[in-house]
Amino acid sequence: MNKKFGIKDVVAIGIGTALFIVLTNVQAPLGFIPNTSLQSRVAVLTFFSAIFGPIVGGVIGLVGHALGDALFYGSIWWSWVFPEAVFAIAVGIFAAKYKVKEGGFGKKEIILFNIVQVIGNVLAWLLVAPVLDILIYAEPAGKVFAQGVGATLGNVLVAGILGTLLMAAYSKVGAKSGSLSKED
Amino acid sequence: MAGRLLTYEEKDTWIHRLSGVTKLAFFLLWSFTGMLTYDTRVLLVMLALSLVIFYMSKTEWKQVGMVFKFILLFLCLNLVAVYIFSPQQGTLIYGTSTVLVNLPGRYDLTVEQLFYEFNIMLKYLTVTPVVLMFIVTTNPSEFAASLNRIGISYNVGYAVAIALRYVPDVQSDFTKIKHAQEARGIEMSGKASVWERLKKMSMIIFPLIFSSMDRIDVVSNAMELRGFGKHKKRTWYKGRKLTKTDYMTLAFAAVFMIASLWITFADGNRFYNPFSR
Repeated sequence: MNKKFGIKDVVAIGIGTALFIVLTNVQAPLGFIPNTSLQSRVAVLTFFSAIFGPIVGGVIGLVGHALGDALFYGSIWWSWVFPEAVFAIAVGIFAAKYKVKEGGFGKKEIILFNIVQVIGNVLAWLLVAPVLDILIYAEPAGKVFAQGVGATLGNVLVAGILGTLLMAAYSKVGAKSGSLSKED
Repeated sequence: MAGRLLTYEEKDTWIHRLSGVTKLAFFLLWSFTGMLTYDTRVLLVMLALSLVIFYMSKTEWKQVGMVFKFILLFLCLNLVAVYIFSPQQGTLIYGTSTVLVNLPGRYDLTVEQLFYEFNIMLKYLTVTPVVLMFIVTTNPSEFAASLNRIGISYNVGYAVAIALRYVPDVQSDFTKIKHAQEARGIEMSGKASVWERLKKMSMIIFPLIFSSMDRIDVVSNAMELRGFGKHKKRTWYKGRKLTKTDYMTLAFAAVFMIASLWITFADGNRFYNPFSR
């Protein structure tokens, strides 16, 4: 694992995190539930996890969410930081199966990716986040699960639509630049 | 949106001179303490202390004012939401019910509920000044160097440094792309359906992400050419040794955390209950 962790991963974490932070504020409210919205940064996280794998994705989720919250809101909701990493790791585990870089992101891969992202989102926002909210902040269960439903819905939409489109687009471009192989 | 982002500002106070790692550790311990305790007495002491520290860091209102107003708005929304979803949560926690105002249904306003929401507010407010202070007093390069000094792999330190270094760049890219799309006649604000919103969002995100992928290639090639990652160690331009003040700050944070957790859990749970006696 350590050997595979190269320069590109270091840079990808850095720039991915920067992107995630900048896009923290680019969101559209989803409706009545407070503090939940369609977050464009979720698309970034999904995309980076699907391309660079669970470690890069997990770190971007963790560091990006914590720093982004701190920079924009001046306070960190730890109960929502960890689920971000849970989601990224879930998507990232199957990174090799999506074949995005090889230009093979077809119908089968799209279906697989969407199944994984829905499961990841449900796990993160409907399970981990509300449970942490209750454990850490002792907030009422009704409220946090309502927020959880909102967050799951918003994130499934963003990851499913923007994430899939991004990966499909990148897969088309990536095929050309990835056709050269390294000589050893 | 560029105006709202908090940034580091050079000043000469003892807090600025502390190592970035010390400040990070202090901030982590502090926020974990604030997270775990629901003891009103502990929270009030923490709030007072964090305001004192904040004052000593000579942070000016114009540096954090915008963000702070936003936090207050956020906090109010949250408090209202807690009341709407669970108006009797206070009674559930403190075990008694002292009705203040009779309202229809289960929405009777109780003293317990007000006290519980007051505690939620305190919890947010104790952590906020410390986070704001950490960000405006920590130099990003020095922070990466000091991460490495406490034994964290320099790869991680470098990733954090790159993240902090490229936030302004990515932000300026973002602004350029947004202006370009607006020049093409795409309206970014205003009300629209969920699908329309996603479409608008994608018009900014797609170019931004793809140009960032190029940036990753450029930066990692440059680093590879300079032999990054070849050796187990590297030196830092901004590296700084931990001083006596650093150790004292760390010791204080650790002792404070242990003491406040002990006080909190001494009576068996994390809530301070003024109603039972």
